[in-house]
Amino acid sequence: MKQKIVLHFPSIVTEQPFTYHLIKEYNLMVNILKANINPRKEGRMVVEVCGDQEDYQAGMDFLQSRGVKISPLEQEIVWLEDRCTQCGACVIICPVGALVMERPEMKVKFVGEKCIVCEHCIKACPARAMEVLY
Amino acid sequence: MVKRTYEEINAKIRAGEAVVVTAEEVISMAREKGIEETAASVDVVTTGTFGPMCSSGAFLNLGHTKPRMRMSRVFLNGVEAYAGVAAVDVYLGATQLPESDPANTNYPGDFNYGGAHVLEDLLAGKEVLLEAESYGTDCYPRKKLEKMIRLDDIPYALLFNPRNAYQNYNVSVNLSDRTIYTYMGILKPNMGNANYSTAGQLSPLLNDPFYRTIGMGTKIFLGGGVGYVSWFGTQHSPEVLRGENGVPLSPAGTLAVMGDLKQMSPQWLRGISLIGYGVSMMVGIGIPIPILDEEMLRYTAISDEEIITDVVDYSEAAPQGTGETLGKVSYAQLKSGEITLGDRVIPTASLSSYLKAREIAEILKEWIKSGQFLLTKPVFTLPTTGEGINYRKIV
Ligand code: SF4
Ligand code: SF4
Repeated sequence: MKQKIVLHFPSIVTEQPFTYHLIKEYNLMVNILKANINPRKEGRMVVEVCGDQEDYQAGMDFLQSRGVKISPLEQEIVWLEDRCTQCGACVIICPVGALVMERPEMKVKFVGEKCIVCEHCIKACPARAMEVLY
Repeated sequence: MVKRTYEEINAKIRAGEAVVVTAEEVISMAREKGIEETAASVDVVTTGTFGPMCSSGAFLNLGHTKPRMRMSRVFLNGVEAYAGVAAVDVYLGATQLPESDPANTNYPGDFNYGGAHVLEDLLAGKEVLLEAESYGTDCYPRKKLEKMIRLDDIPYALLFNPRNAYQNYNVSVNLSDRTIYTYMGILKPNMGNANYSTAGQLSPLLNDPFYRTIGMGTKIFLGGGVGYVSWFGTQHSPEVLRGENGVPLSPAGTLAVMGDLKQMSPQWLRGISLIGYGVSMMVGIGIPIPILDEEMLRYTAISDEEIITDVVDYSEAAPQGTGETLGKVSYAQLKSGEITLGDRVIPTASLSSYLKAREIAEILKEWIKSGQFLLTKPVFTLPTTGEGINYRKIV
């Protein structure tokens, strides 16, 4: 199975190695899409995890037992459709085609599964229709 | 030969018999049936546009307080409105920023809030903080005011936009090697993208290139309500080069428009934040074009392939005002998602919403079909070519 998820690290664990364990002990392929630590020393990492269902579950249990919060990626970036003016300014900003213009209708669509939470669209959207949830 | 007067068209609208189509629908009709036959059947063509239009704002009369106050500085949610009009008359400009806004000191600035957002908040029925200062006079003794107000509490609110609905606009690219932040959006280095902003074949002034039917008093869809063209807009420039079809090849005509703000909607007047540039307002405008004769039908049948515009470098030519252009493209190319310039294929993005422009043209069509919206004959039409009106630059 393959899953894009967001890991939230409380400040007390940000200095501990986690990806190492996921790879080495749980046999998971971990592709880091984005990682950052805020001034309060809380970490946030967007990853794509790939492996057996069982290994995946065990890996997630391991993370949770260490205080890491896991959330599905779809809930990270939201497209507020009723705020969206359908301008299309975002389609050249999004690096992975998660914001696309359907032609010839000229309708903008947000494809949540593709989003890698790079957050480029947040300030590029003039109408502030893209929001990031933490 | 088809000939129609405004009176004849209005009589049909009143009787619920007018044939009204959008500027998009008329294209295929004219292709199928020809200009003559289409002109014979269609009475009105509706247009629409919904894009960032800076030169916008509202005259507000804030009402007299007790004791009276001659407001010399006025702020709405921290955004200053120009108070040098009269005691309680102010003009709130769409692009005005709060005094506390860091602007581009932390480049590129966010510009999260400004005059356009205040107008949107008022339209949405939200409370807005009104702060006013005065030096006090014998007849206006009050010196300070702080009050939460809603649009309902404001006695008079007139949207008055000195320059909207640009007839054609250029396409922006960036030739430099760093990302630039402009009123045309984010432009990636080395022509990473090309941005444009127009509704093309649906755009009001592109459907009446010589302004034969548009002028002072033309009744229009404005911000979700009814408004009027009040004058030609600032920078109105009819003398630019035009194609054989009469359509300007670069920015040309503009409109000054107005209407009662209170009957407008936050859906069609939206505050927007252009990163690194500032605040602006998305304004929804729709103009009905009476098919007075075959020539008017031919004008409204224009399609995106026939509308051409210049590509301009916004890293050098635009800011320096050199007038240099990099080439010409059609709106059909722009709307396809990429343009070709020399040997480069460049992805395009729009700042103006074609989908919403179409929605406006549809709404206006329904208003007219239902008999509630009659056409007005302008008191005078906008200055056109050969009248000596042209936009001049100061040096
Ligand atoms: S930039 Fe924002 S408003 Fe424009 S289409 Fe994208 S999400 Fe919608
Ligand atoms: S966060 Fe990044 S990937 Fe997701 S939609 Fe916005 S620009 Fe695209």
